[in-house]
Amino acid sequence: MARIELKSLAHRYDSSRKGKSGFSIEDLNIAWEDGTANALLGPSGCGKTTLLNIISGLITPTSGSVLFDDAIVNDRPTRDRHIAQVFQFPVVYDTMTVFDNLAFPLRNQKNGEIEIESRVAEIMELLELTPLAKTKAGHLNPAEKQIVSLGRGIVRKDTVAVLLDEPLTVIDPILKLDLRRKLRQVQQELKLTMIYVTHDQHEALTFADHVTIVRDGSIVQSATPEELFLRPKTPFVGYFIGSPGMNTLRCESTIDGFKIVGSSLAIANRAGNLSGVLDLGIRPEFVVTSPEEMPGWNRLKIRAIEHAGAYQVLTLESGALEIKARVGDDTATSEGDFVWVDFPSDKTNLYVDGELAIL
Amino acid sequence: MKKRTITLTAYFFLLFVPIYWMVITSLKTDVEILQSFTLFPQQITFENYREIFTSEVWRSSFFNSIAYVLLNVVMTLTAAIPAAYAFSRWKFRGDHHLFFWLLTNRMAPAAVFMVPFTELYYMLNIFDTHIAVALAHCLFNLPLTIWILEGFMSGIPKEIDETAFVDGYRFPRFFRSIFLPLIAPGIGVGAFFCFTFSWVELILAKALTLTEAKPVVVTLTVGIGAEGVKWGLLASAGVLTIIPGILVVYFVRNYMAKGFALGRV
Amino acid sequence: MRQRPWLFLLPTLILMSISAFIPLMAVINYSLHTIFAGSAPEFVGLQNYADVMSDAQFRGALIRQLTFSLMALLIEIPLGVAIALCLPRKGSGVGLSLVLLGVPLLIPYNVVGIVWRLFTQSDIGVIPRILSLVGYDYNVSLNATDAFFTILLVDVWHWTPLVVLLAYAGLQAIPQTFYQAAEVDGASTWKTFRYVTLPKLRPVLTLGLLIRFMDSFKVYSEPLLLTGGGPGNATTFMSLFVARKAEAYELGYAGASSIIYLYVVIVMSYILFQFINRSSEERHR
Repeated sequence: MARIELKSLAHRYDSSRKGKSGFSIEDLNIAWEDGTANALLGPSGCGKTTLLNIISGLITPTSGSVLFDDAIVNDRPTRDRHIAQVFQFPVVYDTMTVFDNLAFPLRNQKNGEIEIESRVAEIMELLELTPLAKTKAGHLNPAEKQIVSLGRGIVRKDTVAVLLDEPLTVIDPILKLDLRRKLRQVQQELKLTMIYVTHDQHEALTFADHVTIVRDGSIVQSATPEELFLRPKTPFVGYFIGSPGMNTLRCESTIDGFKIVGSSLAIANRAGNLSGVLDLGIRPEFVVTSPEEMPGWNRLKIRAIEHAGAYQVLTLESGALEIKARVGDDTATSEGDFVWVDFPSDKTNLYVDGELAIL
Repeated sequence: MKKRTITLTAYFFLLFVPIYWMVITSLKTDVEILQSFTLFPQQITFENYREIFTSEVWRSSFFNSIAYVLLNVVMTLTAAIPAAYAFSRWKFRGDHHLFFWLLTNRMAPAAVFMVPFTELYYMLNIFDTHIAVALAHCLFNLPLTIWILEGFMSGIPKEIDETAFVDGYRFPRFFRSIFLPLIAPGIGVGAFFCFTFSWVELILAKALTLTEAKPVVVTLTVGIGAEGVKWGLLASAGVLTIIPGILVVYFVRNYMAKGFALGRV
Repeated sequence: MRQRPWLFLLPTLILMSISAFIPLMAVINYSLHTIFAGSAPEFVGLQNYADVMSDAQFRGALIRQLTFSLMALLIEIPLGVAIALCLPRKGSGVGLSLVLLGVPLLIPYNVVGIVWRLFTQSDIGVIPRILSLVGYDYNVSLNATDAFFTILLVDVWHWTPLVVLLAYAGLQAIPQTFYQAAEVDGASTWKTFRYVTLPKLRPVLTLGLLIRFMDSFKVYSEPLLLTGGGPGNATTFMSLFVARKAEAYELGYAGASSIIYLYVVIVMSYILFQFINRSSEERHR
């Protein structure tokens, strides 16, 4: 396994192609440490798959470099990069047995048959595929196929990294959890460098130690799941991560705090006199509500209540302003009531011109 | 990439050399055809084409061909669309056997049926008519078209039918305004194959016609007369017979590409 | 409700009975009689079948036919796949290639005959003239080998484009990721073809095999127009053999050989058909 780094990478699809213009990836810098589980998270069409294909060498970037353990590999062909790739739709060799599928990359490297057998047996044991060894891969269900294609990737000892491109898309919901657990377990046991591409925040946050958020071909934030939750670098990340997403409130700086645009809400106790476009971001989880009047809190009307099992989501309004709050299921409220709301300052993030400001 | 282009160019070259040869032969004089070997006509002549266009026999046989081919396409599609729908949507007693029996007719060599066809159509009083040839060509076109359409229809989920009925569509309206547009590429491919096989067929077309419905393919063989073969005339008639085919491929090429990619053709 | 499928099949059944079932019954009926023009048919049971089976000419035609069909398939299927692999996958070349490939398929059989007579005729043809330059005396009306391979060449020329079209359709349906995976796995070009392309093409190739088998077994116009079945019997294939007997009004004999002939085609096609069904079931699993 290896450390993978991308330096000032840019990629543009053939400019003569209609409909696509400009860059799909622009000036991108990132490093994934050896033996870590990573996720690339972003909406569809943001350039995630392109990025993976650049790492595996299926696409040559327009400019910039790809480094494996500090060595530039731009000119190395795919087969010499030793990258394992698991695709959205399971790819197996239908006519071969599971055993032969796993042995295929080893045979292509001209390993000895005895060596191949023991290595494949080892991997099959790890992936719990041993009972299926003699089954034709074409007869497996999608989840099993996906495991086989993962196995084909990790069977070679010289594999540098495992890239997974939305690997759970076609898997039954019940099997999804199981497969994700297995992926994570294999990653930890073999100390694999894994890069997992997905548009599903839940998958990314539960799988990876480190999540990179991509939007329009550039990195918005790269951090641990916890950090993404607590200190999203932009309002986009805050909204994209979490359910429901972070509240973003446009505001103005006043002498003793902030006044929220479009409402009479005011928040005190903040360093004043800032210039630029100001936004306050607060997660619905951190919005504190009270049915009784509290000094200095703001009064809002409950417009809607959504019950979601252990918690409920309140939609609060004041004028044109709308704020979501996530409160415990025991909170007794009903639509049309008024509540008093506080935004704890240590849980509130300030964004100046769309960037997180350190206070 | 380069090797591919060369292979492809070579293949298309070999594919079209014989056709090129026929085209230039049609523009040569009989003397040149017989006495010299030229890659391009020394003296281009349209005499052969003039003879064809002014001859009543040639003109009517072109018309006859187009008439029975179109008649066959219409007949085949009218029967094949409901049949394919039945095969793709319902299970019924003997469906597999019936399907296979239909296919075996595609295998039946036309030579086998020549005599009984002639006798049957005499009896039905339709010998030497466009209908006779069109009917006879159903022998091989109908099974193939049902097969193609069944493939396309099976690719369309049954839920579409059910949803439409739940939405209150009557069957005929559902079929016309929802189902047919969905399998339009399949119908295109089917029609293309019907046209092709009916247009090129010789044995039955020859056996079932005398004068009234004589198709151009038969008129062509007549050119080989006692006074020696008129090669130039034959070649120009050949060229003219290819043209409708080329037009058809040209117009359906996009359908073809789509249809080939969708169905199991 | 149970009659509904049959209602939908009614037009097909009517058409097929006129164009297939009744004629077939008539052929079977002929095959059980000895028929001479002018006199009443005489019922002879299976005598005609016995005669046909012991006829060296019939057996010769059948073996020649099987050889011909087998050779045609062995050439056309691999060649068709090879050409399909060379075709562009997208861009403006696709439409043009499809049109070019469609042209030979739409040439009527007897125009094919004309095209190739102009090409092979010993006095004016291109092939004899070229081959005489290297000292080979090519003559389809005298040399049996020349005649046989000329018919084979015409069949390959005429029908390989169909295989190309089918194989091309199959290729277009293979998702690109399969090739990417093979590249990641370090598979050679040959292994990629063997384990990715070929298995995915199997259903469409079996279909092509079936169509080409049935049609090459019916080859008729080409030998009729180019060689007249000769020299000797070198190019007298099954259809030509049967048609000759029918034209000579040996209807009983022609009928019996037709039925045997049909039986051979159906049995062999049935085996292929089962093969298709199996492979398409595997696909749906």
